[in-house]
Amino acid sequence: MFGKLTIDALPFYSPIAAGGAAVTVGGALLVAAVLTYLKAWKYLWTDWLTSVDHKRIGVMYVVLALIMLLRGFVDAIMMRAQQAFALNGGGYLPPEHFDQIFSSHGTIMIFFMAMPFMTGLVNIIVPLQIGTRDVAFPWLNAVSLWLSAAGAALVMVSLVIGKFSTAGWTGYPPYSGIDYSPGVGVDYWIWAILISGVGSTLSGINFIVTILKRRAPGMTLMRMTPFVWTALVASVLMAFAFPAITVACGLLALDRLAGMHFFTNANGGNMMNYVNLFWIWGHPEVYILILPAFGIFSEAVSTFSRKRLFGYESLVYATAAIGILSFTVWLHHFFTMGSSAGVNAFFGVMTMIIAVPTGVKVFNWLLTMYRGRIEFHPSMMWSIGFIVTFVIGGMTGVLLAIPPADFLMHNTTFLVAHFHNMIIPGVLFGYLAGYMYWFPKVFGFAFHRGWGLGAFWCWIVGFYLAFMPLYLLGLKGMPRRMETYNDPTWQPYLLVAMSGAVVVLCGIGCMVMQLFVSIRDRNKTRDLTGDPFDGRTLEWSTSSPPPPYNFAVIPTVGDREPFLEMKEKGIAYQRPAAYEAIRIPSNTPIGVIIGAFAFVLGFAMIWHIWWLVLAAGAVVFAAVIVRSSTDDQEFTMSAAEVKAIEDERFRTMGSRP
Amino acid sequence: MEHETGHGLRSYLIGFVLAVVLSAVPFWLVYTHALPPQRTLLVIGIAAILQVLVHLRFFLHINFTTTPRENVLALVFTALLLFIMVGGSFWIMFDLHARMAL
Amino acid sequence: MSVAHMSAHEREEIETEEQRALGFWLYLMGDAVIFALLFATYAIMIPGTDGGPTGKQLFELNNAAIETALLLVSSMTFGFASLQVKAGNRGAVLLWLAITFVLGAAFVFLEVREFAGMIAKGAGPDRSGFLSAFFTLVGTHGVHVTMGLLWIVILGAQVAFKGLTLPVASRLHRLGLFWHFLDIAWVGIFSIVYLPGLL
Repeated sequence: MFGKLTIDALPFYSPIAAGGAAVTVGGALLVAAVLTYLKAWKYLWTDWLTSVDHKRIGVMYVVLALIMLLRGFVDAIMMRAQQAFALNGGGYLPPEHFDQIFSSHGTIMIFFMAMPFMTGLVNIIVPLQIGTRDVAFPWLNAVSLWLSAAGAALVMVSLVIGKFSTAGWTGYPPYSGIDYSPGVGVDYWIWAILISGVGSTLSGINFIVTILKRRAPGMTLMRMTPFVWTALVASVLMAFAFPAITVACGLLALDRLAGMHFFTNANGGNMMNYVNLFWIWGHPEVYILILPAFGIFSEAVSTFSRKRLFGYESLVYATAAIGILSFTVWLHHFFTMGSSAGVNAFFGVMTMIIAVPTGVKVFNWLLTMYRGRIEFHPSMMWSIGFIVTFVIGGMTGVLLAIPPADFLMHNTTFLVAHFHNMIIPGVLFGYLAGYMYWFPKVFGFAFHRGWGLGAFWCWIVGFYLAFMPLYLLGLKGMPRRMETYNDPTWQPYLLVAMSGAVVVLCGIGCMVMQLFVSIRDRNKTRDLTGDPFDGRTLEWSTSSPPPPYNFAVIPTVGDREPFLEMKEKGIAYQRPAAYEAIRIPSNTPIGVIIGAFAFVLGFAMIWHIWWLVLAAGAVVFAAVIVRSSTDDQEFTMSAAEVKAIEDERFRTMGSRP
Repeated sequence: MEHETGHGLRSYLIGFVLAVVLSAVPFWLVYTHALPPQRTLLVIGIAAILQVLVHLRFFLHINFTTTPRENVLALVFTALLLFIMVGGSFWIMFDLHARMAL
Repeated sequence: MSVAHMSAHEREEIETEEQRALGFWLYLMGDAVIFALLFATYAIMIPGTDGGPTGKQLFELNNAAIETALLLVSSMTFGFASLQVKAGNRGAVLLWLAITFVLGAAFVFLEVREFAGMIAKGAGPDRSGFLSAFFTLVGTHGVHVTMGLLWIVILGAQVAFKGLTLPVASRLHRLGLFWHFLDIAWVGIFSIVYLPGLL
């Protein structure tokens, strides 16, 4: 009846695991209680969960990402705390638990923090920047969101019911095969990734069509903002690379469920093919995450230097070049597999080549700042901190691109330091820059600067403290993922790294305070113009928050910085003689339903509850059929309603102090 | 999509005949062993590539005039990626096989 | 005023259908990546028979030839259905869809029979890495065809009950892309799996 699921799956075997479960369950109950107390369930359901508005879907993505950032950070600080005191077995975590923590940390940070954060920002901003009313497939967008949430929920549930994978975020076989990992941990990992991966593929397709087909009149490809360009290339990578991880994880699932032999030791399996397939996705994934961040830096640097972006064309071509080259370097993740020199040399050289277009971009940003009137908004600070720190990570990356050097560094904390050096400043700083840049646009009130700057300084100082020691430890030969060690010279470095994690914790505290203070003071800091930073691009031309239809009249674009041009020509904020009715996609619960039952499907797969697999699969299937057979999926907002909203906007704008 | 009916029908019929020929030849070669295996493999490969092109042209109606530019671009990009992914996988994995066999 | 409004609305609808066509095309391209990687995996795993049966011992040329013929003819009959959609001929659309369905179902039947025969001989997907790859690659294609059959039924019902409206016609267009795409994947399967396996 319940497959492999028994009462023993609950984590009463260890106080730490039980504590994690209690926090998870307690947190969920607390949120539910607050919602009940505020009587907000109906509002949440009708205005948010069933919404197909790209802005709201984007906000929900970002909320998901921030929650998962907290969870992933708890994992991180637990690891740092373990290693700081683990000399000669002195840590507080048993090996099996430590292994789950580093596996879930990586899985969460890549799939359920970075991916939703990126997808959320793209969702909110791209339609506004290209001057359209929604993405091409609003309903599919909701499905993507809820599939991502379903994957994240599976990872969270593994804290309470059963255990998570101990095979690392990459899940290499044969260790992740059924012979060596007979529990449900790897299955949690597989199904979380498969389900959210479908969502990411669909998001990629949705954004490509949106950007290619729904731009405002006059917005040629070379008039798109850098963020739209990077979002476009990242979307292409999403649509074409995610199928590879679907294959890799799908085949691993077949090995585990159906006794197949794709990646087993014996019976003709070929475990290195898993590594091959995984990184065919894995390397483009790095650029899926980092390209939109590059776009955000470009926007922030240009806005807060009060200058046009330097070398726009070169940035666009560099982005496109990275898009293709990112598919040609994947072997550098497994140089130590033992390929012949020719193969290693090819992928090593390609890896060095891909650093070139990235270097081009660094000069784009530097020369944009050069002689600009720089305003040190938090987003600008994230950008400057990124440039300085990212260059260090880029250099260690080129070092690792040399196969013989990689043989020495492979699997050491040097590698850990390197990729955190790329992903924290490159990806996370970019998203946080975007988060602080567009917050007033999305919510209509200012985001507190002081706490934002505090968050920046804590994050960057914490980053250096946490990861520079790991470079040194890697050079000294410390392997990654050590639950215990017996070399006392390592411990001082690990203590410094631990202190860095504590400083980052302060940064997260600043982010919480920033939200709290900004929301508390919201009535004093309303953004009535919709253009708090003297912006250059179309998102700033509409109100904050934008109306459901984004633009009452679709703008006509004549320049790369259309809103700046309108302001200079004095034609910004012009009102039409008469408004027209606007068709808007209707809300639908089908997205949530599909997500919820995809979660049930994954859960049932993990625990081998076959009847539930069939039932949940049938519901998902039926929901798709019902929705795809529905012809009318929109409602009309009348011209009078549009006019009322616009009148209110221009009335409050006029009353600005 | 803009073809008149007669033209469309002809397109499907031409495509069908070509596809039948391009399937029958390799099947016949394997059935009769008329050529040495290496040659047969070559013919199978060429016939397959031609047949894929026939399907794209006559069944999916891909061409360079009426098909939207984005669709053609996506197809060309996919072909490039498949070449990189499949070719790269073969290079990497068969190189590994060779070294494992040493 | 209302005429102008209607035409704007219609234009919007046509644009929406164009976007759907591109979106679906991109989905097919992603699906092509999945198939390509399964093909690559299959080719890589051909030596992994673990002393068990090889393709030469298991595959039947006649079966593969009949399957090829069924899919190819069904591709053409679907094309005829598409032509009748343009002609606005509801009954003929249903007829050609039904013929396509029968051909596709026969294909799936032959494939299931082949799989069952192999499993009965002890050559199931858990026998060796080679067979895992074979069953997964060919099975993935078979699952796609089955989905296509289901989709034919659903759209057949829509044609019957709603008529050849713009949304229904555009759904049929996308189903056509899907169906022809599956035939292309099958060209890959007989050219990479069956024919070289029987050489």
